[in-house]
Amino acid sequence: MLVVLAPLVAAPAIVLIGRARAAWHLALAAVVASFAAACAIAWKVSREGAIDYALGGWEAPWGIAYHVDFLGALVLLTVTGIAVAVVTYARPSVEREIPESRRYYFYGCLMLCLAGLLGMTITGDVFNLFVFLEISSLSSYALIGMGRDRRALNAAFQYLVMGTIGASFILIGIGFMYMMTGTLNMADLAVRLPEVADTRTIRAGFAFLTVGIGLKVALFPLHLWLPNVYAYAPSVVSAFLGATATKVAVYALLRIMLGIFGVEFSLGEMPLHALLVGLGSLGVVSASLVAVFERNVKRMLAYSSVAQVGYMVLGIGLANTDGVTASILHIFNHALMKGALFLALGAVMYRIGSVHIRDLAGLGRRMPLTAAAILVAGLSLIGVPGTVGFVSKWYLVLGALESGLWPLAALVLFGSILALIYIWRLVEVVWFERPAADAPAIDEAPLQMLAPILVLAFANLYFGINTDLTAGLAQRAAEALLEVNR
Amino acid sequence: MDQATLLVAMLVLPLAGALGLLLVRRRPNLREAVTLATGALLLGVVGALVAGFDAATATTVVLARPLPGLEIALSPEPLGLLFALVAGFLWPVTSIYAIGYMRGHGEDHQTRFFTFFAVSIGATLGIAMSANLLTLFLFYELLTLATFPLVTHAGTPEARRAGRIYLGILMGTSVMFLLLAVIWTWHLAGTLDFVPGGILPADADPALLGILLLLFVFGAGKAAMMPFHRWLPAAMVAPTPVSSLLHAVAVVKAGVFTVLKVAVYVFGLERIGELASAEFLAYLAGFGILAASAVAMKKDNLKARLAYSTISQLGYITLGAMLGTASGVVGGSMHIATHAFGKITLFFCAGVFLVAAHRKKVSELDGLGRRMPFTMAAFTIGALSVVGLPPTGGTWSKWFLVQGTLDAGQYVLAAVLLASSLLNIAYLLVIPVRGFFRRPVLADGEALALASPLACRLAIGVTAVGCLLLFFLPGPLHRLAEGVLP
Repeated sequence: MLVVLAPLVAAPAIVLIGRARAAWHLALAAVVASFAAACAIAWKVSREGAIDYALGGWEAPWGIAYHVDFLGALVLLTVTGIAVAVVTYARPSVEREIPESRRYYFYGCLMLCLAGLLGMTITGDVFNLFVFLEISSLSSYALIGMGRDRRALNAAFQYLVMGTIGASFILIGIGFMYMMTGTLNMADLAVRLPEVADTRTIRAGFAFLTVGIGLKVALFPLHLWLPNVYAYAPSVVSAFLGATATKVAVYALLRIMLGIFGVEFSLGEMPLHALLVGLGSLGVVSASLVAVFERNVKRMLAYSSVAQVGYMVLGIGLANTDGVTASILHIFNHALMKGALFLALGAVMYRIGSVHIRDLAGLGRRMPLTAAAILVAGLSLIGVPGTVGFVSKWYLVLGALESGLWPLAALVLFGSILALIYIWRLVEVVWFERPAADAPAIDEAPLQMLAPILVLAFANLYFGINTDLTAGLAQRAAEALLEVNR
Repeated sequence: MDQATLLVAMLVLPLAGALGLLLVRRRPNLREAVTLATGALLLGVVGALVAGFDAATATTVVLARPLPGLEIALSPEPLGLLFALVAGFLWPVTSIYAIGYMRGHGEDHQTRFFTFFAVSIGATLGIAMSANLLTLFLFYELLTLATFPLVTHAGTPEARRAGRIYLGILMGTSVMFLLLAVIWTWHLAGTLDFVPGGILPADADPALLGILLLLFVFGAGKAAMMPFHRWLPAAMVAPTPVSSLLHAVAVVKAGVFTVLKVAVYVFGLERIGELASAEFLAYLAGFGILAASAVAMKKDNLKARLAYSTISQLGYITLGAMLGTASGVVGGSMHIATHAFGKITLFFCAGVFLVAAHRKKVSELDGLGRRMPFTMAAFTIGALSVVGLPPTGGTWSKWFLVQGTLDAGQYVLAAVLLASSLLNIAYLLVIPVRGFFRRPVLADGEALALASPLACRLAIGVTAVGCLLLFFLPGPLHRLAEGVLP
């Protein structure tokens, strides 16, 4: 329970204290505690299997149940791990980008957003899932709105409108399910749904849920809110949301579509198979193409995120063990890549004050360690062997081949080529161009920012070589998800 | 030292050397000493491994296990040893040459140059010693990335454009085709180990295997099979030592080495002999041999002419591998070594023409033989070896290759090989003929006698003598090449 409780309690405490310095310390303590708890949970789950916990001692299906299995444990680890990196990093960056009067408020929102994401992960109750989703969404609108210029407000508003539509759709879907089954508990729903699955209400509910979660996932073509949000939010927020928010939404997709409705209903009776594979592929290709032509590096990475979400959705659509393993694994792996990249860009923003590709020329000489992290995480995004990206891609291609869909395997690899083009354009500018003559002399970012960047970059390599933890958990999670209703 | 230690030392030494270079970057003499010492040590290690090799007691060293059942592992095997021996011997020789060339030519960024050179050699040895396709792919990609800064060394817009072509084609083919083929092989066979006689299941559909073979051969873009050959002429903007060792030996041979490995250890020769696509590839290689020779004849730029000659010669090895006969494989394997010695001599000489006489074009070489007789004589020996005439090593590999075509009953391909020799004579031997028998053209105030750097002459002497020795003492080479077949 500590996992969610730590940030959830920290949030109001921070606002009550109302001092920027204390706020940061408290936030750091909260995320470290949360991360430690997540590690303990992951360890316990990997040894003993799924954990169930009834809130307040009220047994399910009356009370609110919490349920953590392999999948949940992996997502918890991802989110809390990124949170530790981001909060450690945040202080100098926030001091630069956010006025002092609002800093404590910023940390409060960050904690609230984290609590929401974690709550979504561990809950075993669909309505509770919706509540936590709203907590994380509302706080993230506020976080985005604190960006340095007015475009951030615009982006936040755009996201607010689309996010609210998505949330209402989810709520309607949940309502329909409740109407037909009389329960909100996920395990209960999974048992009762098959009896009433063949009704128009459930089908409609399913459709609402799909679109609603699709919006949150930023599934093509429902991704329009995402690029502006990532581009104009404060650096810390871009890194945090980029590495976690859509991932948790993918997790919700897995939970609801495969865990509750079951593979046969979702991918067999309903046309989700074609939808996910088709939209996923379209997302990969179109978003990557846009990224190739984007000049603002943060926006480029945002479009790349849409493409990466495409991979995850594609893997789910394949509905075989390797495909789903790839998706789950990519939740973790993509968090490492994008976390490192967005944090590195935050450091660039901190020193140079711009993330336009033109201003990054010669960064390799001026901020060699940050530039090295960009290189490593970029190679990982391409999927070069020895990095986490390669492992995800391996499973995804294998999954496509297993389904006999070799054009899809080729498409995934073609996506890598597009990633190669947009990443290499960045690498070339950073490493092989001389800085402009009038460029100010700059140093590396402060150690406090640099250390999380380097740790994440190193993790990109480490988990690309040693995949016992990540691929092991992901594979068991995939098997569990696919066998539940077989 | 035991085999395992030697194998690991082979990878660690070049990387340690690269690190050492960086540490002493401010003292050029010490830096060069580090390069040479590393090279000498490495040669000793490779020599010890070759001397102590026995197929019965070959060990496998597992470095990591990134995916369940899949390992990054090294294991010695005759073809790999042959390749490692060639690369390990020619690296110190090229380093001596490079010291003379880079200083004589006043190049910038020499530390970066020697560092990435060492890393490239490490990657090449990794390819040579890889125990399975995954390891081979890992080092194959590493080699592409490590050679990129060498290709773009000059930093001019032309060099950067060439670098993009280089990276685009090599990475593009390897990710699109080679990786797909590797994963497909894993899907079909459940293993990626190199096993004499092949690993693909006996009941696999021949039509699918044919496509798989196409993916492998086109995926090994470093083999410069037409139509994926454009990167090689583009890479000629690199400094001459890079063109000599990497783009006549290490990188291109890594490509054909992959093709040979796949033919012998993944498909098995018998299977290759039955596949229609192998015959198609053999004919495509034959077409490439003639077409590249024809282009070479038109090129006035000496390095471009040599590059097209390399494309043509690489076709020999691919052709040998696709015949499905023992002699074809033996000839192809020997050609890795004999072409390496011949072509590196030619490139060394081309570099000396540039440094000492500032001549880049074939038409400017008239009478140069009288001004630098030693270099021109070495050029003649190298050219003879590439043509395949006694008293040079190229004779033997060509002998076996022609025999291989006859064994397979492919008389047309035998005729192609012979016709190619005639073309080689026309575009390579014409250079010493013009050099020795035409009157020198001197610019105003140019002295008749030319001084070339001693280090360069030393290296040229070694490789030219190597060409001759391979003719008189082909025994050890032949034994290694024969050991490739069970």
